[in-house]
Amino acid sequence: MKRIALWLACVVPLVAASNDSFLLQNVMVHPVSGPDIANGSILVENGKISGVGAGRLSAPKGVRVIDGKGMHAYPGMIDSATQVGLSEIGSVRETNDTNELGDFNPQLKALVAVNPESEHLPVTRANGITSVITLPAAGGGGGMRGGGSTPVIAGQAALIHLDGWTWEDLAVKRSAAMQLIFPSLETRSFRMETMSVARTPFAEVKAAYDKKLKELGDFFETARRYQQAKNGHAPDFKSDLKLEAMIPVLEGKTPVMVVAVRERAIRDAIAFADKQKIRIVLAGPREFGKTLADVKAKNIAVIAAPTLELPLTEDDPYDAAFTLPSEMFKAGIKFAFGSFNVQFARNLPYQAAAATAFGLPYQEALKAVTLNAAEIWGVSDQIGSIDKGKWADLMLTDGDPLEARTHVQRMFIKGREVSLANKHTRLYDKYMNRP
Amino acid sequence: MRHFVAVLFAVAAAAAPVTVIQNATILTITKGTVKNGSIVIRDGKIAEVGDKVSAPAGAQIIDAGGQFVMPGIIDCHSHIAAESINEGSVSVSSMVGIEDVLNSEDIAIYRALAGGVTTANILHGSANSIGGKCSVIKTRWGKDASGLIFEGSTPGIKFALGENPKRSGASTIPGMRARYPATRMGVEDVIREAFNDAKVYQASWRVYREKVKRHENAIPPRRDLKLEPLVEVLEGKRFVHAHCYRADEILMLLRVADDYGFKIRTLQHVLEGYKVAKEIAAHGAGASTFSDWWSYKIEAYDAIPFNAAIMTRKGVLVSLNSDDAELMRRLNTEAAKTLKYGGLSETEALSLITINPAKQLAVDTRVGSIEVGKDADLAIFDKHPLSNYAKVQKVLIDGTVYFDRDKEQSEQVQKDARKKALIEKEKQQQRDEAPRRPAGAPARRPA
Repeated sequence: MKRIALWLACVVPLVAASNDSFLLQNVMVHPVSGPDIANGSILVENGKISGVGAGRLSAPKGVRVIDGKGMHAYPGMIDSATQVGLSEIGSVRETNDTNELGDFNPQLKALVAVNPESEHLPVTRANGITSVITLPAAGGGGGMRGGGSTPVIAGQAALIHLDGWTWEDLAVKRSAAMQLIFPSLETRSFRMETMSVARTPFAEVKAAYDKKLKELGDFFETARRYQQAKNGHAPDFKSDLKLEAMIPVLEGKTPVMVVAVRERAIRDAIAFADKQKIRIVLAGPREFGKTLADVKAKNIAVIAAPTLELPLTEDDPYDAAFTLPSEMFKAGIKFAFGSFNVQFARNLPYQAAAATAFGLPYQEALKAVTLNAAEIWGVSDQIGSIDKGKWADLMLTDGDPLEARTHVQRMFIKGREVSLANKHTRLYDKYMNRP
Repeated sequence: MRHFVAVLFAVAAAAAPVTVIQNATILTITKGTVKNGSIVIRDGKIAEVGDKVSAPAGAQIIDAGGQFVMPGIIDCHSHIAAESINEGSVSVSSMVGIEDVLNSEDIAIYRALAGGVTTANILHGSANSIGGKCSVIKTRWGKDASGLIFEGSTPGIKFALGENPKRSGASTIPGMRARYPATRMGVEDVIREAFNDAKVYQASWRVYREKVKRHENAIPPRRDLKLEPLVEVLEGKRFVHAHCYRADEILMLLRVADDYGFKIRTLQHVLEGYKVAKEIAAHGAGASTFSDWWSYKIEAYDAIPFNAAIMTRKGVLVSLNSDDAELMRRLNTEAAKTLKYGGLSETEALSLITINPAKQLAVDTRVGSIEVGKDADLAIFDKHPLSNYAKVQKVLIDGTVYFDRDKEQSEQVQKDARKKALIEKEKQQQRDEAPRRPAGAPARRPA
């Protein structure tokens, strides 16, 4: 009887406490925003971090205690460019909800097409990634097969958590950015009909480029007139979903994520942003050339192109893609990493590690998959580091999360412990035990 | 005369008879790790390895203090240095071969080298049930096509199963005509039909040779360039490297091979190999897989990153491959993933990209580990190669330094200057030509 009473005494507070409150003790804390804390504690209440410090914080009554002995606590990582949730199987059209038809689709919202049951969510988070920017169209690499051709304004990118019952649960920021795939001048293109690279004369490509740029400018101009008509309560004003969706962009409330790879596109994108007076985040640059100083001078944040890529051209240094992040760092540019991929989104930390091998300081690499991303997407009050007031998006590991050999042992999203099991671990368990 | 001496001296320095790598952590793979050790290289071969080895007088010294030496990485599935990949017009294309289209100037060779790769199996594409012949090369950047060939290696042939040979995507490509097979059933049939023919062809030659032996009058059979490589397969003289994904098709191919009495040397990709690891091990096939590719097509939806580890634990000889000029440059960190996914040891992980693929290609008496007598194909890293922070410093093939990061970096300034000068020259030519050109006329290069 005494034993049962004791058992009850232990269990009752656990039942009474909500499952998004706990005290993590005795853990090596890597807040990212500040120096590491050996033997630290993290107190989480109602999903948010309410205390971080050295030594033992005292647990409020009823809050369970987790012993973090031998483990490291890091903020969950953020992939700043992926299509997780929108694309399931690359080659199967029916499982891809990316690349809608049409050049100008600012009204499209990636969030509403995110499948919370996608196998990619648990697979990606199992390697320490707790949230992602999921993009309405492929751009800057990835090769995901959607329905249409490359659009210009692809729609609204969503910042989502990788755990939740519905897309509403998942949303951290419903419209984190407007995705604009800046027109590019490509004289070489791959033709499926002939399975070969076709060349188009430069003059032809340039004419098409100029036409697209003019259409883009016209679209913004139309949106601005719409905004004025609306604000001025013009008598003939008619509501328009496309143009309505542009208002937060024109007001500077939603940044434009501009995918631009080469120097000319970057230069023209910056000029365009200046002219339109919009806030941009540059995504996927591979060749800055003379624009590097401009990007810094205008304080444009960058979503770095994948580090694990071949050089753009044959005569580039073999390590061109590896060294680019360290060049951005030296130029004083703020950047975060994106996987620009779905199946390899989980390998985001290795993009950062490769940059460190080739000159990027370690702390900067870590920031570029956590805090920098949160700052760039305007959610650093919510996620990106282990600080009081933020969501408890945490991973517990047995080492440095940027190393492939490190295991993510436990994970919390909004203070709730999430499962690290997924399709891959289930098949592993099943077939490892096949007689 | 003085000139002549100078030339002689230069030649002697470039091909120093003895090179010694000193002060390194040596990951031999097959004989443990040597801390603070040396490797003596003589005539392109490893002559001595150990921590108490002294450098002979006059030897060229490579100081690898604080660095790690591992055997040159071997990629069992690559398409670099090949001018063309797929002869996709027929479903049995065994008459074509990669050796005929090797391009020694493909920059991917140098980039692979810079990632520590010294040996690669260059395969035909996967559009055919039975594809073209393959070649094993060393990444000897700067040599011509015949200089790339791994001398004495066993030639191979590519087979392919599943979505690619049944050409699932073909119906969506305008102008592409349907081609048998269009199902996995058809793929099995195409392979059986081909080996049926090969057996008949083989028998016709046997009859002919017996007649010749008996001094009877005999007319030799007409040579069949398509069936010859398949007869070599039946006789164990040519290795089958079979692209496959799903467990059903893997099992199918093993049974076809059993029926016709030949062996599958390696199953390539073999993403569901973990489901039939027992059967693969029983047949004796090797498995060359990706570390963590999945979900890019239906037949890759059950792919798991634990594949290499499960197959290893179930007794299959496993390697990790790239199939990709970019991934090829970092197979060391691909191997590192198996420490996490399935808990392989460091040596097991590194074996996946060294001694195991060497065994799969039957070049393990030459490469794949750091042992006395083997080719001095070595990759020197600044950190442990299983760390994501490691980068390649030097790569040696046959004892010659083919990649040197210090040299690469110090020469970059000159290369940039040379490129700039070429661009400037081109611009100047255009400017020179401009006044002679009527307004609006297109620019033309001077003849």
